[in-house]
Amino acid sequence: MKAAENPADFQREVDQIKTAYPDHRSAIMGALRLAQQRHGGWLPPAALEEVADAVGVTAAHVEAVASFYDMYNLEPVGRHIVEVCTNLSCALVGAQQVVDALEEQLGIPPGETSDDGEVTLRLIECAGGCGYAPVVVVDGRYREPTRPEDVPQIVEELQRG
Amino acid sequence: MAELTVLTGADERDLTQLDEYRAIGGYDALEKARSMKPEALIEEITNASLRGRGGAGFPMGRKLSLVPGPDRRSGPSYVVANADESEPGSFKDREIMGRAPHRFIEGCLIAAHAIQSQHVFIYIRGEYLAEYEVLARAVEEAGGEGLFGDVDVVVHRGAGAYICGEETALLDSLEGKRGQPRPRPPFPPVAGLYMEPTLVNNVQTLASVPAILEMGVDRYRELGAESAPGTVVYSLSGNVNRPGNYELPLGTTLRELIFQHGHGVAEGRALKAVIPGGSSVPVFTPDQLDVALDFDAVQAAGSYLGSAAVIVVDDRACMVQLAVRAEKFYMHESCGKCTPCREGTRWLVQLLEKIEDGRGTHADLDLIANVCDRIEGKSLCALGDFAVWCVGSYLKKFREEFERHVDEGRCPFGGLSSVEGVLAPSDQHTHTAMAEVPA
Repeated sequence: MKAAENPADFQREVDQIKTAYPDHRSAIMGALRLAQQRHGGWLPPAALEEVADAVGVTAAHVEAVASFYDMYNLEPVGRHIVEVCTNLSCALVGAQQVVDALEEQLGIPPGETSDDGEVTLRLIECAGGCGYAPVVVVDGRYREPTRPEDVPQIVEELQRG
Repeated sequence: MAELTVLTGADERDLTQLDEYRAIGGYDALEKARSMKPEALIEEITNASLRGRGGAGFPMGRKLSLVPGPDRRSGPSYVVANADESEPGSFKDREIMGRAPHRFIEGCLIAAHAIQSQHVFIYIRGEYLAEYEVLARAVEEAGGEGLFGDVDVVVHRGAGAYICGEETALLDSLEGKRGQPRPRPPFPPVAGLYMEPTLVNNVQTLASVPAILEMGVDRYRELGAESAPGTVVYSLSGNVNRPGNYELPLGTTLRELIFQHGHGVAEGRALKAVIPGGSSVPVFTPDQLDVALDFDAVQAAGSYLGSAAVIVVDDRACMVQLAVRAEKFYMHESCGKCTPCREGTRWLVQLLEKIEDGRGTHADLDLIANVCDRIEGKSLCALGDFAVWCVGSYLKKFREEFERHVDEGRCPFGGLSSVEGVLAPSDQHTHTAMAEVPA
């Protein structure tokens, strides 16, 4: 989805989200997702203010909501995000070996972003792909199963673009 | 092959397409439902004894009858479909939405007719992007064909929080708040979304409804168990040769699921443990393979069917390591509202890590059981219970393995456990470093 270009567009898009609900506050989660797209994948304080203004709630409330959910990034992230599930079903079939391979080939430990700002590697809780484990999620798309030997291709794809 | 009721036709046709679904009689059940009086429809679902597939097994018919009709309420009422599937081990709703979205939507519309509601909200977990796209397109297509009548259907995306699978947390989240559970009563059928009467049902429960109307109650009840008729999609994962979703009659035994459908334990290993209903439920040992997987039989055997997510554990896994990993999940996902769950899960992680590292004492094992006891039943929702049912059962059933960690002063697997060194997301959050609880 193309990010809105200016505040008026953002307001219009949030107003559109609001129409789906009897109470305008229900639009906060959708507005946060939009704002995150507009701000390069994360929510700086200015983005929280924009959401507050567009939805019609306080910035404090928006921050309270944003900080509760794992998918809202309150710190900068890389242009690509690589996530590995390490919950039970994935762990039992070798998720940690996939984490190790990614760490080695991307050159960053889980929880960090590469110096060039290209890739963030992080661990996630159960993604709901337990039958196709281990699950790796690249920019929101599931790659199931991913084994250590699949990692070079993922890294190559990320480097290509 | 056993008769299906939820994923019927999905192997043969692309049921994401409306015309394909209609070609096998899709939305005929909705038409039939709409020709019935709401009371008669509720009676039909009640007679089918359809039990909720989200985890609790609550009879859907009874839930429907608790929602007041238009003559007994002043405002609107709502149908909320819980598509926030996030129980570790569970991936059934994802398959239903991804492969038979219209059957699920049809179930939502039938439920709306039963409680005479004009509003359906589908709360889908944020990570399910591909499934959201399929579902949103199916909603658009069905709405475009006029199948909604005077009902509007909104798909709402979550943003990553296990707790939002709990129905009152889900409602708060849908209202634009932090997803934290509410005290009950009032229950959602009385005061739910925006404090109006609300029916909350799991995806699979709703997707099971059309078959009841198509087959008729008598034939539906021929499937599955007496106390829990119908089929269920079992999610099979872990150390098994053929993991995946299997829709089978309720009451299929663990042995049949794992060895017949799943082709046995992977790599010819020995079975060590089976988690029968998602990571939160008490673990089974290999001598319990003949337990029938329906709500009552699993409970009689000391666990819960939950979301029918079966996780197979082979003999390479250290149960203490598994306990640490499971508990870190609940620590990470505890919403923080209730002290026993918020603090207790952290304490349990510390104690379990101490055991795994070989620093534990026998008194620590008793302390783990004690802390479990101080969490269970003492919080607003069941997350705290989940956090102790799992590790509490590992300790109880594999006590000898825990004791060996203490006696040998190290993990007896010597670095060879299949889950050795597995990291959890909580390990990467340096800003949430936790204070040591004096143990």
